Amino acid sequence: MSRAGSGSLPRYILQRAVLVIPMIWVILTLVFVVLRVAPGDPVSAALGGKLDQQALDQRREALGFNRPLIAQYWDYLSSVVRFDFGTTFSDNQPVLHVIRDNGGATLSLTLAAFLIALLVGIPLGLVAGRYRDSAADVVIRLFGILTYAAPIFFVGFLLQVYVAKPLGLPTSGAASPITVFTVKPVTHILLFDVFLSGNGTAIEDVLKHLLLPAVTLGLLICGVFIRLVRVNILQTMQSDYVEAAEARGIDRGKVTWRHAFRNALVPVITVIGLQFALLLGGAVLTESTFNWPGLGQKLVVYINDRDYGAVQGIVTIFAIAVVLISLLVDIVNALVDPRVRY
Amino acid sequence: MSIELIDEPVGVHPQEPVISARDVRVWYGTTRGAIRAVDGVSFDLAPGETLGLVGESGCGKSTLGRGLMGLLPDGAKRDGQVLFKGRDISSMSRKAAYQMRGRELAMIFQEPMTRLNPLMRVSQHFEETIKQHAPALSRAEVRERALETLRLIGIPPTRYKSYPHEFSGGMRQRLMIALALVLRPAFVVADEPTTALDVLVEAQIVQILNDLRRNFGTSMLLITHNVGIVAEACDRMAVMYAGRIVEQGSVVDVFKNPRHPYTRALLRSTISLRTTGLNFIPGAPPDLVDPPDGCRFHPRCPDAMNVCATHNPVNIERPGGGRIECWLSGPDDQIPAGGKQPLKQEGLAVADEA
Amino acid sequence: MMRGLLGGLAKPFTQTAGLARWMLVAGLVLTAAFVVMAVFAPWVAPYGFAQSAADGARFPKAGPPGADHWFGTDRLFFDVLSRTIWGARTALEVVVLSILFCVAIGVPLGLISGYHGGWLDRILVLVMDAVFAFPSFLLAIVFSFLLTNLLGGSVIAVALSLTAIYIPQYFRVVRNTTVSAKEATYVEAARAMGASDGVIMRRYLFGNVVQSVPVLGTLNAADAILTLAGLGFLGLGIQSTDAAEWGHDLNRALADAGSGIWWTGLFPGLAIVLLVTGLTLVGEGLNETLNPTLRRRRLLPVVMPARAETTITGEEQQ
Repeated sequence: MSRAGSGSLPRYILQRAVLVIPMIWVILTLVFVVLRVAPGDPVSAALGGKLDQQALDQRREALGFNRPLIAQYWDYLSSVVRFDFGTTFSDNQPVLHVIRDNGGATLSLTLAAFLIALLVGIPLGLVAGRYRDSAADVVIRLFGILTYAAPIFFVGFLLQVYVAKPLGLPTSGAASPITVFTVKPVTHILLFDVFLSGNGTAIEDVLKHLLLPAVTLGLLICGVFIRLVRVNILQTMQSDYVEAAEARGIDRGKVTWRHAFRNALVPVITVIGLQFALLLGGAVLTESTFNWPGLGQKLVVYINDRDYGAVQGIVTIFAIAVVLISLLVDIVNALVDPRVRY
Repeated sequence: MSIELIDEPVGVHPQEPVISARDVRVWYGTTRGAIRAVDGVSFDLAPGETLGLVGESGCGKSTLGRGLMGLLPDGAKRDGQVLFKGRDISSMSRKAAYQMRGRELAMIFQEPMTRLNPLMRVSQHFEETIKQHAPALSRAEVRERALETLRLIGIPPTRYKSYPHEFSGGMRQRLMIALALVLRPAFVVADEPTTALDVLVEAQIVQILNDLRRNFGTSMLLITHNVGIVAEACDRMAVMYAGRIVEQGSVVDVFKNPRHPYTRALLRSTISLRTTGLNFIPGAPPDLVDPPDGCRFHPRCPDAMNVCATHNPVNIERPGGGRIECWLSGPDDQIPAGGKQPLKQEGLAVADEA
Repeated sequence: MMRGLLGGLAKPFTQTAGLARWMLVAGLVLTAAFVVMAVFAPWVAPYGFAQSAADGARFPKAGPPGADHWFGTDRLFFDVLSRTIWGARTALEVVVLSILFCVAIGVPLGLISGYHGGWLDRILVLVMDAVFAFPSFLLAIVFSFLLTNLLGGSVIAVALSLTAIYIPQYFRVVRNTTVSAKEATYVEAARAMGASDGVIMRRYLFGNVVQSVPVLGTLNAADAILTLAGLGFLGLGIQSTDAAEWGHDLNRALADAGSGIWWTGLFPGLAIVLLVTGLTLVGEGLNETLNPTLRRRRLLPVVMPARAETTITGEEQQ
């Protein structure tokens, strides 16, 4: 690599990675305080009425709820370090298995949604910012505001009534039962597994099921991208270096593309990290709307069951995912923007 | 060391000016009305000549420089003639005028820190600029040309692949100068090129600008509020006040015999070794939305006469060469009777409020 | 004084051009319409939000829009128009409450943290940053899960859940302004005169710091409405019989989508879209007028008069 100052890049990544550890610790502590310290007795909340007093006491004992809080806290942290996220109370299975069985669906949904949001949002934002106050700008901005203002389940509702019904698209689940049955689980992510199987009808089936949920979730983020890209373009179009490039007689198109657009997209990368949090929140709603068998839907089910163990485990996983994504974003950012490495 | 770089003696007849501005006006739109930032300015610039444009902040000197380049914000209007080697730029098509930038006309800006694209290497800036105007050049030729220019400006070739943020302010201004001159434009506008730099760096940049004529054969409009720089780096100077050039002539002559009261005040207000007290010009520059009648300087002028408050001064030949517009220098036959009486100033408070 | 205030309020209107101004006006009109609906819901709405019969006659079950029920009725025999209008009241209550809670908790915390600094400040900043980094909707889910356990599915419980996710923003803004304001000369002067920390915070810093709160509140309101509806949709918010809540109504409507009943979902959904759009337009409009890098002033066109006199400065110096 002949990058100027390339020596500082690995160091920057290392520094940033080390900072992740205290951040995760703070978040884990927060999760523990909120879910374990605040609510009183989770076991009877989850299972009260289903088991008799003796069985409840046994469960409490087994889960360590009668030990001092500080010991429970230590248990929690050390088990997370061992990638053990606890067990669910209601159906008594390791949270890790829940993640394995449902995480793939959430991953493919969020990835597809993210792709749609990028492909739609960034070009629209560029056009709106470049041709400020034109008719295109007005329409695009309104579209951006509407996609943000329309709640996921409302978009889902409209798509189900006005699109899925006339076109005969599926509105529930990630695939037909037959597909789930025939495709061999390799990665435990159905989207990848069908492509590995090479089964044409199964691929079509999975993509058909993915289409509406992904569009619904994608539209949510797309509005954020439009707004952000547009504002950044407005700022970079007025920047000193764009004027300087124009003073050198560089083609208007090249000035717009190389100077204004590229610089406008740098902060977008940073914000993508923040959007991931929004995306996860949106995934919960999308999954409930389309009955998508992902972690978000599972979380809602466990919440309605008052299952603290499952909620704590899933929330912990989400928290760690968010922190790791933000680390990834910072690294990408450093690769793109030479100034960051300083 | 660098004489070989004047690859051809600039292709103009010695007497024909490179730039010839005739009655140029540049007005800005605002929420209150039009600001007459440049209001009827004429000057000529000979090949290889440097004209220093001085005046207080807000007198329109930067606007004039940008107006010549065609770099104006939305809502600004320009008229008058700007002849570049005999062709009128202001009546050209937008596209044709745009294409002249960088190749024939170049600009050096005030603040070098933000003028380079932070995501592009120095090399990419040069390649982009050269390729834009000389697409036939090979990669190697482009590189050679860029490095040659950088060398003349004092930047070692080892820094060619660096990013802008790896340079100091002074170095970045050198880069901007090199970038402006890499295509050997015939005319450069330098808009306060040293204002944002510290004093030692300023001296180096002034030296570089001073060498430009020798190295590049470029004509330059050097905009500055620092009279000292004009004395060091310019052949002729033009003094601007409230949108008009009130006096222009050779630097030596204007410094020795300033004719316009504003020029005198401006020269007096600079600090030198012989300075014993601080001089300043009382009052503030006028509001350019609604400039005063007659001579725009009359409310602050110590020598104002009655005629100054009512009649625009006439632009005439300046004794000692150049042009001047001030009733003190005449023409006497156009001054109405009693016009030479000293003007009763209503106190400078009025001007202060403007 | 009065004129200065009015001038300040009118500034976003007088100083903006075209689009930004229209956005602001449209947003204000939309928002105001919903506030009116919320405040006067008992008089505006034809029926109560949990009313399934009028004058002894039962409403039809999932009846389509018609003369009696402009927006139709849902499966629980409720009038959709009435529930849509009453929903505005619930939304307003929750948003206003949560902003009040945010101010009541976030502002003092930020003041104390910023003023005293030290370890307390560091811990609070760390915790708040962690909360801020966390997906806010998930956080709202967790909090409403806990709070509905403790308080039941009431307006207060939902408002508190929203408070939990927005507090970090108030804390951050107030803390940062406090940190910079406490170095100001007038605070130093007050300290030199022997004012106690409490007095300085209440008298000198509070007024300064609290100015940024209304802006933040407006910005958060749109997001709060969406979060509230999201919680309602998941069944974590307010129960249908306690109050009309758009999100929860949409949840019930989703079951109807398959059978072609569109009116139960369309109207509450549109209400959310319109209100959030209105608030967003106000926010964007204000942003465009207050943020100098985005602002586009209304410029008067430049008209250059033809050359006056013959001062076409005869520079033909041949």
